[in-house]
Amino acid sequence: MLMTNRKDRRLEFNKGFKKGLPIALGYVPVAFTFGLLAVQGGLSPWLAIFMSMSNLTSAGQFAGVNLIIVQADLIEMALTTFVINIRYLLMSLSLSQKIRPNMPLALRSMMAFGITDETFTVASLEEGEISFPFMMGLICGPYFGWALGTALGAYTSSLLPPALQNSMGIALYAMFIAIVIPAARTSKAALVVAGTGIGINSFLSWTPILNNISPGWRITVATVLAASVGALFFPKDEEQCQGI
Amino acid sequence: MSGHLIAVLLMAVVTYIPRMLPMVLVKSKIKSNFIKSFLYYVPYAVLGAMIFPGILYSTGSIASAVVGLTVAVVLAFFNKKLLTVALGAILSVYLWETL
Repeated sequence: MLMTNRKDRRLEFNKGFKKGLPIALGYVPVAFTFGLLAVQGGLSPWLAIFMSMSNLTSAGQFAGVNLIIVQADLIEMALTTFVINIRYLLMSLSLSQKIRPNMPLALRSMMAFGITDETFTVASLEEGEISFPFMMGLICGPYFGWALGTALGAYTSSLLPPALQNSMGIALYAMFIAIVIPAARTSKAALVVAGTGIGINSFLSWTPILNNISPGWRITVATVLAASVGALFFPKDEEQCQGI
Repeated sequence: MSGHLIAVLLMAVVTYIPRMLPMVLVKSKIKSNFIKSFLYYVPYAVLGAMIFPGILYSTGSIASAVVGLTVAVVLAFFNKKLLTVALGAILSVYLWETL
């Protein structure tokens, strides 16, 4: 879609922004927990907030803070962070097929910053191509929700009862469920692919020896295999693939 | 302190690279039908793999996680909004852990 004028761009941005709001609200409790943990572990509140604003990733930040607390060396930090985030390679590749081929490098690298598990899934389940303003609108709310939640957690310290802290951990997973179940209800292929992802990751997580594989690799391996199963058994023909 | 800052910056770079590289390098539409189909299914695959079994260890106990999981699945099945599902799951876990 070519953004010919300012009004179109604003409409696209607003459309994305609306879709991002529920993600933003879901991020707040999780980021809150992150802010809390980071400060309890010895990070200054502003550094915890800066980490959220520069990293914008949940699993990676939780692991990263742990590594900082145990004073791991930089190489270990870089490797762990990279392994946890390998799945972003797949998401980014998938999204690269959903934007117009002549989109400038600067715009591509800007919107790439906002790829998270949630923004990616919402963007990729959009019909047809996605535009730069749409993606920026989509990213906007979650970005500030993540930062705001971190700030709240960082400055609240441990005022929250542990039971409430514990229960917030489920928020991101619940959001994933809210995205995947409606899709799986209407598409057998989506159901099979998601189910295969669950099956393979469970197998890798619970089989002795294999469970030494780090969670980041497990998710990546399960994703590659499950998406391959989908491509093998439910290939999309030309027309269905439009906008992908 | 500055050591912490360096660590955070390093992680930011390492997190950004996998997000940015494919988006910047792959400028043409992929022709292979298999790869196109594969990429089409990535979101479903990654969602499945991320939800389970990770969700079981996301709360204080597996029991409360199963309660939250069940509530989330039921709410999502009836097409409730993202936020409703998230809050419903949080609330049910909280109630299970406190009552």
